[in-house]
Amino acid sequence: MDARVSRRRFLATGGVLIVGLGLDAPGRAGAQSLPDADRFLGKPLAPDAVDSFLAVHRDGSVTAFVGKVDIGTGGRIAMRQLIGEELDIPLERIAMIEGDTALTPNQGATAGSYGIARGGVQLRRAAATARQALLGLAAQRLGRPVGDLQVADGVVRAADGSGSVAYGELIGDRAFNLKVDAAAPLKHPDRFRFIGRSLPRPDLPAKITGAHRHLHDLVLPGMLHARVIRPPAQGASLASVDEASIARIGSARVVRIQSFLAVVAEREWDAVRAARALRTRWSAGTGLPEHAKEFEAMRASAVVRDQEIARRGHLGALSAPPAGTRTLAAAYRWPMQSHGSIGPSCGVADVRADRVTVWSSSQNVHGFQGTCARLLGVERDRVRVIYMDGAGSYGPNGADDAAAEAALLSWAVGRPVRVQWSRQEEHGLDPKGPAQLLELRAAVDPDGEVTAWETQAWLPIATANLPNIPLLAPDAAGIPQTPGRSTGLIYQNVDPPYAMPNLHAVVHWLPDAPLRTSALRAPGKIANTFAVESFTDEIAALARVDPLEFRLRRLGNPRGIEALRRVAGRMGWPPRPSPRPLDPRAAVLTGRGLAYVHYKHEETIVAMGMEVAVERATGRIRVTRVVCAHDCGLMINPDCVQAQVEGNILQTLSRALHEEVAWDRDRVTTVDWASYPILTFPEVPRLEFELIQRLDQPPLGAGEAASTPVAAALGNAVFDATGVRLRTVPFRAARVKAALGGVRQ
Amino acid sequence: MAKLTLKVNGASRQVETDDPDIPLLYVLRGDLGLTGTHFGCGLAQCGACTVMVDGRAVRSCIAPARSVVGRDVVTIEGLGSPERPDPVQAAFIAEQAAQCGYCTAGMVMSARALLARRPRPTEQQVREALAGNLCRCGSHARVIRAVLRAAAAMPRGR
Repeated sequence: MDARVSRRRFLATGGVLIVGLGLDAPGRAGAQSLPDADRFLGKPLAPDAVDSFLAVHRDGSVTAFVGKVDIGTGGRIAMRQLIGEELDIPLERIAMIEGDTALTPNQGATAGSYGIARGGVQLRRAAATARQALLGLAAQRLGRPVGDLQVADGVVRAADGSGSVAYGELIGDRAFNLKVDAAAPLKHPDRFRFIGRSLPRPDLPAKITGAHRHLHDLVLPGMLHARVIRPPAQGASLASVDEASIARIGSARVVRIQSFLAVVAEREWDAVRAARALRTRWSAGTGLPEHAKEFEAMRASAVVRDQEIARRGHLGALSAPPAGTRTLAAAYRWPMQSHGSIGPSCGVADVRADRVTVWSSSQNVHGFQGTCARLLGVERDRVRVIYMDGAGSYGPNGADDAAAEAALLSWAVGRPVRVQWSRQEEHGLDPKGPAQLLELRAAVDPDGEVTAWETQAWLPIATANLPNIPLLAPDAAGIPQTPGRSTGLIYQNVDPPYAMPNLHAVVHWLPDAPLRTSALRAPGKIANTFAVESFTDEIAALARVDPLEFRLRRLGNPRGIEALRRVAGRMGWPPRPSPRPLDPRAAVLTGRGLAYVHYKHEETIVAMGMEVAVERATGRIRVTRVVCAHDCGLMINPDCVQAQVEGNILQTLSRALHEEVAWDRDRVTTVDWASYPILTFPEVPRLEFELIQRLDQPPLGAGEAASTPVAAALGNAVFDATGVRLRTVPFRAARVKAALGGVRQ
Repeated sequence: MAKLTLKVNGASRQVETDDPDIPLLYVLRGDLGLTGTHFGCGLAQCGACTVMVDGRAVRSCIAPARSVVGRDVVTIEGLGSPERPDPVQAAFIAEQAAQCGYCTAGMVMSARALLARRPRPTEQQVREALAGNLCRCGSHARVIRAVLRAAAAMPRGR
């Protein structure tokens, strides 16, 4: 079914469609990654074929086709380092096309810190397979066994100097016709030329000089600018539109499909003005639950099912504590938070009778290809989705919504359409990171041993096999989509990484959440680690043991022990129990804390130390120093890893100190940077790193792990300084001041 | 339709508008094709749209285009290019001081305006000058280093 046919389907649904614009403006847009990318159309895409990933051209240059996209993380250089290493070619000879459903293999969403750990490893294997094939061809050409050949800068030479042949001559634009060989020999670390080096990112000069074209900057011939008009209350339906209210705004027109309402205009400012001026009437909304009672509601909610995450031993020491055993219980709360992209979501689409092209900053262009096909009622292979850089998204923000809205509008008006969300839409409507409630209990015997640990977590359940995060436009336009909820893997790391004989961790899955949700960086694991590592500190304090020593005693993983020791060494960690003795006259209280995580219990290891100063009079927390030891196995590009670690730390400090989404009974009320503040330059602490390079180990990912210990290290440092335990995020000054006033003077 | 004559990046540019209140941002991006200046909030809260007007940092998302007639507007494109970055841009590149890069132009412009009035700022002054520029990726530490590096590299009196 093509778009034209499905348009009839729309009209048949009874929706009103108002189109006041010409059809099919000229101009054809191509892929954005490379100006001439479309010359590769028709190439293989199967994720097990070398030709899907690599093309070696006659001039010896290489084009790489990468399904994982660089969302500001450095993949654009790291992927080249992997290819250059295995093929032994200079990196400037490698061109890269990212995230184009017509050109790149589907390597899955760019998510979960797997860009390099999975996507890069696939690419490296493809390059290693290609190298073996090229060596085989060279052996034939030169009449030498492979063992006598060497490669330098894309030229294969006989070791005795008897002959040489360049890659371009061997394969020049012909297909390898090979499966990726997972066992293809990889270059030994002793011979690394590119891997492990902090090479500069190729995209930064253009980004820093304004020459880079982000998605938001894309202009297509004949393109219209659109703004979507949102209901004043969640779930409200559109009663009427007063088109005359925008008559004075020259080029603006109204497009309506049931309750999906937009204005389109030739000029962007006209669309902005029209969106503000358009008079509409809506029904009442479906109502939101009371924000102030969110955690109470979670605790009281019916549970879909319980999931046991860890169980060993028994919790007898909690249910019937032996004499001398002390028990401890605490609840930790993490609020709903926004992705908070600095650039509100944008999408550009060009829907033609025979094909659909969408430009998107989606972290999952291959997934969105299917979403868009279902939305428009067309075959998936008619839809091409091309990644372009957006503002950092840290998970699925509004990008897929904006792209779907652009597709729907382009289909309706017959011209390319660019949808730009406002700040209020981005803050109000991006799918949120869900709230989390955790209750922990422990029993500590007279020797300070933890004889029982229990974690209970209340988390909203994700829908199994959900084809896509439910989008706003289909619901408004009356187009069926699979309902459900997406959250990311929010149950991981609810159990401590320490040796404890009696441990029980369970997730109580809740049927619902007040707002739409999606994965937000390190989904769930920031709040879970906040609870587990804060509670670990609470136990250590109860046992009057130094928090570092308490952890080291219970940690079996030598890499974890090394990370903790390196943080302590760098910090000059003073061994003593927390809290420190309080100076009753001090206006500012200082302290240090730490936290540890083994991400998902099997990936990157992070130990983090933090120093804080807390103003007694105001409750304001100033983070003065963060020391982070980070072991993600092999680092392809250590500076890019460090940038990710910096980002994880600062973004999560922001989330822990400032961020909470709020709503009234109709809609989200934290819809700008004043009501939803984030970390600013004056607050940025001194950052120090112990990045542990392991050339002989697999890469484990750097995009998320370092965000997970941040809030716990912060809370533990505040406890050390003040003796006050913060268990509810965000740690805003008013909350901290109240806590300080309530406990100690 | 009213005609506005603007001086942007040293060149005289004429644009037509039927709205006297059109913000400078939409003229720069839509009429002049200068897309390096980014829309972030439309509320002067985030700094992504910062340009320089007569050497001072201005939020182009709320500044009416008519308010800069006869004044000297400089956008990120007016400073340098990937091949010939200006000293601030060169310092950002040297420090690899961006991740997604969406907010970067605004930070470069704020830094440029700071250095124009205070060629040798302290770290604290750099932080304060950038307090109105938001970054979500967490490139702050690199940006601070870049601005200090630029200050050290720029000839005095610029």
